[in-house]
Amino acid sequence: MTAQLLKRWESVLAVVLVLEFVLFASVSPYFLSVETLSDATFNFTERALVALPLALLIIAGEIDISVAAIIALSSVAMGLAAEAGVGTAGIAATGLGTGLLAGCVNGALVTLGRVPSIVATIGTMTLFRGIAYAVLGDRVLKNYPESFAMFGQGYAFGPVSIELALFAVLAVVFGLFLHRTRWGRAIYAIGANPVASEFARIRVNRYRFLLFALTGVASGLAAVLLTSRLGSTRPSIAQGWELEIISMVILGGVSVWGGKGSILGVVLAALVFGLVTFGLGLMNIPGIVMSIFTGSLLILVVALPALVQRR
Amino acid sequence: MMLTAYGRWTEVARRDFKLALLTLALLAAVIFAFPGYAAPRNLAGVLDDTAILIMLALGQMLVILVRGIDLSMAANLALCGMLAALFNRAYPAAGVLPVLLLTLFAGGLLGAFNGLLVWKLRLPPIVVTLGTMSVYRGVIYLLSRGAWVNENEMTRDFLEFTRAQFLGLTTLAWAALIIAAAFIVALRYSRAARNLYAAGGNPEAAAYSGVDPGRMQFMAYVVAGAIAGVCGYLWVARFAVAYTDIALGFELQVIAACLIGGVAIAGGVGSALGVVIGCLFLGVIRSSLPLVGISAFWQMFINGVVILAAVLLSARQRLGTRAILEAPRT
Repeated sequence: MTAQLLKRWESVLAVVLVLEFVLFASVSPYFLSVETLSDATFNFTERALVALPLALLIIAGEIDISVAAIIALSSVAMGLAAEAGVGTAGIAATGLGTGLLAGCVNGALVTLGRVPSIVATIGTMTLFRGIAYAVLGDRVLKNYPESFAMFGQGYAFGPVSIELALFAVLAVVFGLFLHRTRWGRAIYAIGANPVASEFARIRVNRYRFLLFALTGVASGLAAVLLTSRLGSTRPSIAQGWELEIISMVILGGVSVWGGKGSILGVVLAALVFGLVTFGLGLMNIPGIVMSIFTGSLLILVVALPALVQRR
Repeated sequence: MMLTAYGRWTEVARRDFKLALLTLALLAAVIFAFPGYAAPRNLAGVLDDTAILIMLALGQMLVILVRGIDLSMAANLALCGMLAALFNRAYPAAGVLPVLLLTLFAGGLLGAFNGLLVWKLRLPPIVVTLGTMSVYRGVIYLLSRGAWVNENEMTRDFLEFTRAQFLGLTTLAWAALIIAAAFIVALRYSRAARNLYAAGGNPEAAAYSGVDPGRMQFMAYVVAGAIAGVCGYLWVARFAVAYTDIALGFELQVIAACLIGGVAIAGGVGSALGVVIGCLFLGVIRSSLPLVGISAFWQMFINGVVILAAVLLSARQRLGTRAILEAPRT
């Protein structure tokens, strides 16, 4: 029953995606060119990368609001590393490492500190972003080596950017992990009933910790790509992204009650989201007006099942 | 029932007392290092700076008490602030009273929208208010067409209302004090407040004793929204400017103040006095940073440390094990 409903939700997303294509193609003659579509992917791949592990986290009944702050912190760490003369590989490693560390802090707070994840990550969100501001103030770091631009601006093959290729690979990996492995099933079980999972000898807290760490690494990776694409770091980098990333996950049909959701849904939602942003940009509609659309969509998505169930 | 309620009161009172001691110790340390800080004018200034935070945190507390959360509070504030500024520009002769009523009503309406979704459709509060947060921000842009309303477009009484002084304190500070006093009294003695605590502490039991937890959530959102609305006018008048991004991210400071003030995110536990002291604690830190020579850029970092310390210390007391806030199921 739930699987059917989920499938139906994913087909809705697919239909929306097709409609978007038709709409934007009819509005702008330039939309359906390979260059435009390739450009459009830069709009969402970084956020979508973080949405993948966050989906797992939300399916497991937890949440991480600090993802955007982790991106900022990682970016600042990379900027400082670049200033110290570290090479491209070292800079990227710094970003990933900082993300991992930040994710572990979240995981430790939730598992060892027994703090509810929403509160813990509101705290670390303030802390991580606070460190970024404290370290950088109103400075801008942009001493990145030229080769560092490859991650966010380079192309893997043809018009497919490195960002997009990375996202596609990770989406497949996450999909297989969640839907085809024992560990993936355990994540659903934890989200549906953590106490019962504990009795079924699933090490609930270990899963939680690792999922937070994974979300941290993914945020670090997003920071590498974003920083490389922009070529500069300010403490306000990726401001407000946590909301867009969470919106992507929920729009993808992942239940905030935990225990439900699929990677396919999240990927489709990311595409829908990215295309809308890009298409409205083509139509010269400012981003803030977009937020009305995003916000309403978010509410509508969670309200629909509730409305259907009432009948 | 009464026994647990009694037991919880004393526990909360003890926590409030400790927090008050901590705040006083901090205040004493600052005054010891910088005697000028103790000047009545400076202290009144600190209260004036903290006033809006106090009022918003009290509203947010009601929502958290009934297992909700309102992330849209700052967006609501900004939207009502823009409404106030636009109304003032369109009808400069109308004076302050209609502005106050307008923002009270508009804010309450925005809160009621959150509340209805949470109550009638039983949607998760965090998602609902995340959504309305972006919707409300977007609406500001549509209303103002992205333009700023500046000081020279506001009338004198519109601006002066918040700054008028009575017994050495500004209207803003008085408003915070009066609302704080009203909350402390009402939460302790009124029947509605007891129902609110009951609905948050144990929704099922509350439902059996004739309290509709969903309805209590709705009321909490309306009150929080109305407070945010009026604070919108106060904010715009105090800083003499209205634009789309005012108070951006302020909702997190408000929630932080609640957490520091001892409000349990699992619902049902928290006191108005604790929240007010929590706000003052943050206010004292914020106002003494420049004195110690720490740049304002450190403020956020310190907030983060304080929040984490507060939630780690109170983690053992929490009742539920919920990670994501949910609507009570009855």
